[in-house]
Amino acid sequence: MIPVSYYFALSAILFSLGALGVLIRRNAIIIFMSVELMLNAANLLFVAFARANDALSGQVFVFFVIAVAAAEVAVGLALIVVIFRNRQSIDIDEMSNLKG
Amino acid sequence: MDAFALVPWIVFFPLIGLVVNLAFGRRLGEKFSAIVGTLAVLSAFVVAVLQLLSLQAHPHGAVVPLADWINIGSLQIPWAFNVDTLSVTMMLVVSGVGTLIHIYAAGYMHYDVRYKEDPGSFTRFFIYLNLFIAAMMILVSGNSYLMLFVGWEGVGLCSFLLIGFWYSRNPDGSKGLLNSQAAKKAFVANRVGDFGFLLAMFLTFWAFGSLSFDQVLPNAASVDPRIIMAITLCMLIGVTGKSAQLPLYVWLPDAMAGPTPVSALIHAATMVTAGVYLVVRSAPLFGAVPEAGNIVAIVGAVTALFAATIAVAQNDIKKVLAYSTISQLGFMVAAVGIGAYVAGMFHLVTHAFFKALLFLGSGSVILALERAHHPLDGHHDEHHDDHHDEHHDDHHAPFDPQDMRNMGGLRKQIPTTYRVYLIGALALAGLPPLAGFFSKDEILTDALHANMLVWVLLTAAAFLTAFYMGRQIWLVFFGEARTKAAKEAVESPSTMLIPLGILAALSVFGGLINVPVLHPFTDWLEHTLGHDFAHATVFNFGVAIFSTVLALIAIYISWRLYGRKPLAAGEADPLQQRLGFAFKGMQNKWWVDELYDAIIIQPYRRLAAFLADVVDWRFWHDWVHDTLIGRGFGALARFLAEPVDMGVIDGISRGLAALAKGLGRGFSLLQSGYVRNYALMVFFGVVLMIGYLVFSS
Amino acid sequence: MNGELILFFVLAIVAISAALGMLFSRNAVYSALFLILNFATVAVFFLLLGAPFIAMAQVTVYAGAIMVLFLFVIMLLGAEQIQHQARRGWQRPLAMLLTLVLLAESAYLIFTRSDVLTVLQPAAADYGSPQSIGMLLFSEYLLPFEVTSILLLAAMVGAIVLVKEDKKSGGQK
Repeated sequence: MIPVSYYFALSAILFSLGALGVLIRRNAIIIFMSVELMLNAANLLFVAFARANDALSGQVFVFFVIAVAAAEVAVGLALIVVIFRNRQSIDIDEMSNLKG
Repeated sequence: MDAFALVPWIVFFPLIGLVVNLAFGRRLGEKFSAIVGTLAVLSAFVVAVLQLLSLQAHPHGAVVPLADWINIGSLQIPWAFNVDTLSVTMMLVVSGVGTLIHIYAAGYMHYDVRYKEDPGSFTRFFIYLNLFIAAMMILVSGNSYLMLFVGWEGVGLCSFLLIGFWYSRNPDGSKGLLNSQAAKKAFVANRVGDFGFLLAMFLTFWAFGSLSFDQVLPNAASVDPRIIMAITLCMLIGVTGKSAQLPLYVWLPDAMAGPTPVSALIHAATMVTAGVYLVVRSAPLFGAVPEAGNIVAIVGAVTALFAATIAVAQNDIKKVLAYSTISQLGFMVAAVGIGAYVAGMFHLVTHAFFKALLFLGSGSVILALERAHHPLDGHHDEHHDDHHDEHHDDHHAPFDPQDMRNMGGLRKQIPTTYRVYLIGALALAGLPPLAGFFSKDEILTDALHANMLVWVLLTAAAFLTAFYMGRQIWLVFFGEARTKAAKEAVESPSTMLIPLGILAALSVFGGLINVPVLHPFTDWLEHTLGHDFAHATVFNFGVAIFSTVLALIAIYISWRLYGRKPLAAGEADPLQQRLGFAFKGMQNKWWVDELYDAIIIQPYRRLAAFLADVVDWRFWHDWVHDTLIGRGFGALARFLAEPVDMGVIDGISRGLAALAKGLGRGFSLLQSGYVRNYALMVFFGVVLMIGYLVFSS
Repeated sequence: MNGELILFFVLAIVAISAALGMLFSRNAVYSALFLILNFATVAVFFLLLGAPFIAMAQVTVYAGAIMVLFLFVIMLLGAEQIQHQARRGWQRPLAMLLTLVLLAESAYLIFTRSDVLTVLQPAAADYGSPQSIGMLLFSEYLLPFEVTSILLLAAMVGAIVLVKEDKKSGGQK
């Protein structure tokens, strides 16, 4: 059987790649997709540990995460649409209104 | 029959009169004020008489406590009234003579306030008089030295108020401040005496642990005589102030600036005798140290003679009486000094009668001249003003109605005043069987037994007394009128003459209260003073005849000088040629005022000027304040302002501001506005935290 | 090396490759497609881990609904690519460095703590079945489940409100 540490390693790699995507890409949609990747890495670990501990709660939690992710994507994409409508761009570096 | 409990009313009645006059007197007019004021004193007199009757049954009297006053530790001073034969004697004199003088004042002040053009002061006068009576009653009735002192200061205040009654005028009636200065002089001179009295009280409390008469006086023998010596000598200073003895007598002649009833009441009959009362009250203390008594006697006797010499040469009718009063007070003080307490008190009582009579008589004379000089009756105010202006145009020198050189021949114009004045003068001169004869004779007899020097001085003073009274009678009432006013002098109204009549009767028969052989007054005071201090004096025919003959000789000499060839207008005093320089000394009061001015007042002024200019202004103000404190403070302020405040404090706050600004600027660089930057920072934090969690566990 | 382990490694390589592909594609559409591939492999992992319900949800919700939405938006906006701009110089290397640090930390954790990580045992027959998940959802987690529905509703309303043309502002324009 496969040790949990393998799943942990895979999950860590995927999470790191997601984080890297958030940090290095400028396209808001791809940043968004990277966030989804990070969520997925977390989901994988949840399920792996649920299996390791023989507890279903982990799976239930993943279910909620998926639901929340769906909601988040709906709102987030709507925001991106609005931003694009105002600025004709989704380059995240152009949104620097918060500059101090 | 016991009326002792009523005794507080001798104080309350005058106070009630005072308050009523204060509240309503001005609105309800002169008659009301006069009646209220007189009734208040009359009521007090009735209370005093009731005390007298009670004392017949209980001759040892009582102490009537009224209220707690001071209660601090061992110092317990209640306001208690001391009713005994001595205090009741004083009460009777004060309220009796006081009543008569109130009645007199009602008539006298009616004119006086008009001559001084301030009719509203009539009520004020009676308020002051009632206040004086109240204070005097506290003085004589208190059962401790402190209560006595309260009254002592109270009468001093009233004396000040009444001497300066016409505070915006001079004694001759013109506008000025001399009256106020006379009042001030009296007050200051009395302060010196009061200071001595205060010291005496402090010493008494220190030595006896109490100020109450019934705890101090019986224990006089148990205290170190040297302390008692100190107490009595300090008391003597108080006596010389209040009773106008050498060296503090100088205020009394100036006190004649007050209205004449005041001179009669305060500065002849009552207040000035307070010192004598004090010594008699403290008889056990003075008895314990005969040396102190001797000093008192010498002071009194020297004063008696000294003042009598001055009285001889005075031209002002009231000044003569003033110096006469000082002289007579010297008699009393000398009497109590040699231990003749009864004789001193006896002379105090008779003197109150005849000296009040003389002062009131002189007031009547003055008023008679004043009314003749500018008649008021029937004139309206504007007429009066016109007249006044006219008068000023006519005579450049103001008319002095008190100057005896402006009088003469008045016996025809004012016969009633003349008669009573003559009685008073003869009583003062000590001719039998008038009151003054008995009392003075008793003093001289006692002095002969006790102290030859005192006797000589007093006899000389008695001789001069008869002389200057004779001089006054000849100058005022005999001869020809020397001025128009004297020729037209008007007799005083009956409100003034009735009290004069009563006082004249008292001056005639007053001697009977201690007539030789029976001596009822001695027995009366013996209840209070005890046998040691109140022994009957055996009547000495030798002394009596000698002093009477001396008085007659003095009167004869005065007739030779002033009566046989009456003084004409503008003529110099015949004594002037005969005595020369001595007369000048007498007339100028032996330059005592000038001496005091030179040795006390001028150095004091110079000291004050020195203190004001050099010490206060130059040293304290210029140097200490301006230079030391001002500049020092300025320098300190500059130091605090520039290096400390602007440098350090501002530096701190500016530094903080700059720090915050720099930090803000620095951190604002982090606020790039780029979301990915923020995310990077968050990620950085996450990595750090995970690292911490991983490596720390 | 048994078959399951081989399958794991193959799938793992596919998943990581898909993630890298998403990360470095120039075109957003390719990124989305790579992500779908990644999600699909993760769904297979879920199956391997005895979570068929979650695997189905993953495929339908993520790979189906969400990614379709992504593609839809990408194409709607025509934002497949972003024109090249001057990059923030230190952002990319720092991000990579931090990612490596994170990976190092994870590796450290795995190698030092491997004792607490058990080897997976064969699960019970009904473990992770839709029935048991459903029982759990509607009993123990009923309240969060219902709250989720409200969350979804709120997200739906929010999305509509955000995207809807503001009539007033539109008129002004």
